[in-house]
Amino acid sequence: MATTVFKRPASLSTNVTHYCPGCTHGVIHRLVAEALDELGLRERAVGIAPVGCSVLAYNYFTIDFQEAAHGRAPAMATGLKRTRPELIVFTYQGDGDLASIGTAEIIHAANRGEKITVIFVNNAIYGMTGGQLAPTTMPRQVTTTTPRGRDVAEQGHPLRVADMLATLRTPSYIVRTAVHTPAMIVEAKRCIRRAFEYQAQGRCFSLVEVLSTCPTNWGISPAESTAWLQNNMVPYFQIKEFKSPEAEG
Amino acid sequence: MPRVTVDKERCKGCGLCVAACPQKVLEMSREINLKGYFFSCPVHQPRCLGCRICAVVCPDVAIEVAVNGTQYHYFTY
Amino acid sequence: MGERLLMKGNEAIGEAAILAGCRAYFCYPITPQTEVAEYLAKRMPEVDGVFLQGESEVAVGYMLFGAAAGGRKVFTTSSSPGVSLMAEAMSYLAAGELPVVIGNVMRNGPGLGGILPCQADYFQATKGGGHGDYHFLVLAPSSVQEAVDMMILAFDLAEKYRNPVMLLADGMIGQMMEPVEIPDFPEVRSANIAGHEDWATTGACGRKQHLVKTLYLKPEESFAHNLKLKAKYDRMEAEEVRFEESDTEGQLDALVVSFGTMARICQTAIESLRARGLKVGMLRPQTLYPFPGQRIRELAGQARMVFSVELNMGQMVEDVERAVQGRAPVHFYGKTGGLVPIPEEVAAAILAKVEG
Repeated sequence: MATTVFKRPASLSTNVTHYCPGCTHGVIHRLVAEALDELGLRERAVGIAPVGCSVLAYNYFTIDFQEAAHGRAPAMATGLKRTRPELIVFTYQGDGDLASIGTAEIIHAANRGEKITVIFVNNAIYGMTGGQLAPTTMPRQVTTTTPRGRDVAEQGHPLRVADMLATLRTPSYIVRTAVHTPAMIVEAKRCIRRAFEYQAQGRCFSLVEVLSTCPTNWGISPAESTAWLQNNMVPYFQIKEFKSPEAEG
Repeated sequence: MPRVTVDKERCKGCGLCVAACPQKVLEMSREINLKGYFFSCPVHQPRCLGCRICAVVCPDVAIEVAVNGTQYHYFTY
Repeated sequence: MGERLLMKGNEAIGEAAILAGCRAYFCYPITPQTEVAEYLAKRMPEVDGVFLQGESEVAVGYMLFGAAAGGRKVFTTSSSPGVSLMAEAMSYLAAGELPVVIGNVMRNGPGLGGILPCQADYFQATKGGGHGDYHFLVLAPSSVQEAVDMMILAFDLAEKYRNPVMLLADGMIGQMMEPVEIPDFPEVRSANIAGHEDWATTGACGRKQHLVKTLYLKPEESFAHNLKLKAKYDRMEAEEVRFEESDTEGQLDALVVSFGTMARICQTAIESLRARGLKVGMLRPQTLYPFPGQRIRELAGQARMVFSVELNMGQMVEDVERAVQGRAPVHFYGKTGGLVPIPEEVAAAILAKVEG
C-alpha cells in the first residue's frame, strides 16, 4: 500500500510554469504554497504579483491575486491589508522590482510595520527583460547593460536589502535564505512558513530574501548556477536571520 | 519500496534532480518530450531511499514520491 | 444630519466621502488640499475608517488599487503635481476597472508652479494623464456645495460603471468657506463596493481565484479588454452628461462655456453684459468627461460666437471647437499662473469681440 510522501500543494495550480528550466522561482512558489497549505491560510491568502519574470505568478497559484505595477506591490499590499486586515497578504518581488524602482515602497511598508509578508527573490539580475544590471548584481558580473562587468566605481556596490531593512526600529522578521541546495530549500521553507505564521498572529512585517539562480541570464546551466550562487553570492549576501520580533524584547 | 515518478511532460530537463539525488537514481533520458526537453528518468529505481530530495529541488513539481511500509525520516519538510 | 454648516471646501470634500460610505483614505500632503488629509486624520478614526499618509503620491495611487481590488470604497485627494505622479496608477486603476475616486484640487503649473487656483489640468483629467485608451469620469464643481454633492455622486458613478471618477476642483474651492447643506441619508452607506463579491480579492474561500490584473499579453485579449472599456465609456457618454445652462433661449450674441469657479466669475460678467442689452448665455459643463458636446453644438447654431473662458492657456477650448464644428467662431479668454480675472476683465474681452 503506497503512501505519497511528496506531491503538489493545493495552493499551487496544475499549470506548467513559463519559467526557464532550473529557475528557482518554481521552487519558491511551491514553498509559499506549502506554507499556506500547512498553516491553513489558503482561503484567506491574497498574493500580489510584481513586474518581472514572476508577473504571471497568479497563473500558478489557486489563491486570489492582484497584479502590481513595477515596484509598487508593498503599497498595494498596504492598501489591501489596512482595509481587510483578516486577509493574509503577501508580495512576491524580484530584485529590480523591490530594490530598484520599489525602494521607497519597501522601506516605508517595513518602517510602518505593515503586517504583510514579502518574498524577495534575489537573483542578481533583471530576468524578464533579458539580463540587465540589477541593484544586486555582483561586482564584475557581466550583464547586457554592463557588458564589461559591473564597475563599482560607476554603479556602486550591490544593495543588501535584508541588512538595510534590519536597521529599522520597527519590530519585524527579516531573514535571508537561499534555494540552491536541498538543505537550503528545507531551511528556506522554514523561514517562509515562519514569516506567514507571524502574519497569521497579526504580529509584524516580514521579509524573506531568497538568494536564487537565473541560469539563462547568467549564461550557465542550472547545476552550474547553484555553484555560482554559492561561490559568488553567499560570501557577500550573508545567509542569516537579521531580526525577529522576539529578539526585540 | 520507495517509488519516484517523473511527469515527463512537466519536466524541463534542468538536471537539478539528477545532480541532487544522493543515490544517482535519476538520469537524463535520450528521448525528448513534447516541448523538446530531455527529461529526467528514474533509471535506478531500486536504489531509491524515498528521501524526496529530487522532488524538493524540482522547480516544476514534476516529481512525485511514494513509499511502501516503513520509511526512514531523513529530514523534516 | 440635514443641517446647514459653514465649511471649508477641503473639509467638506472629506466629510462628503464619509457620507458616501467611504471608510478608507490614503493621502500625501500637498498645497492647496492638505486640509482634506488633516480633517480626515481626525474624522476617519471616528467612523472606524482607515487613514494613512503614504510615502508619496506614487505609493498612494497603488494603495488605492490594493484597497479597491479588495472591494472597499477608497479615495484620495491631491493637487496637480501629485496627480501627475499618480498618472501610471490612474491608467492601472481604469484598466483594472476599480471604482476609486480621486480629487484634484488644481494649482498653477507646469512643474512645481505655484499654490494658487488654476484649471490647467483639464487635458490631464479628460485626455488621460496616464498611458493607454482609458477615461476617468470627470466632475467639475463650482461651489463647495456642489463639491459635496459631486463627491457623493462620484462614488455612486464609480460603483455603477466600475470605473474611476475624478473630482476636478481648484484651490479656490478647496480653500474657501461656504454654506453647505449636508445631505440627510436614511441609512449609513456600505463601505464595500456593491457587487464586489463577484470579483474582489477577499480570499478564495470555497470559490475559484479572483484575479485583478491589467496585463493582457495576447493581442486578442488586450483588444477585447479595450472594447469592454470602450463600451462603458460609450454608456457614460450616452447617460452621464451633466451641465447647467443660463440665458440660452433665442439668438445669442455670444455663448460662454466655462467650468468650475471660473463659471461663477463668468456669470457675473454675463449679468453686466446683459444689463447693457447684449444677449449672452452660458453653458457650464458639470461633467468634463463625458463632455456636453452635443448641447454646445446645438447652442452654437443660435450664437454669433462661442467663448471658452478658462483659468489656463487654452485647453477646454479645443473640445469646444470640436463640438461647435465651425457653426460659429470660437474664441478663448483665459489667465493662468494663479491670477484670477475679475468679472470686468471677462466682460471686456467678450464685449471686444462682440462689438469688434
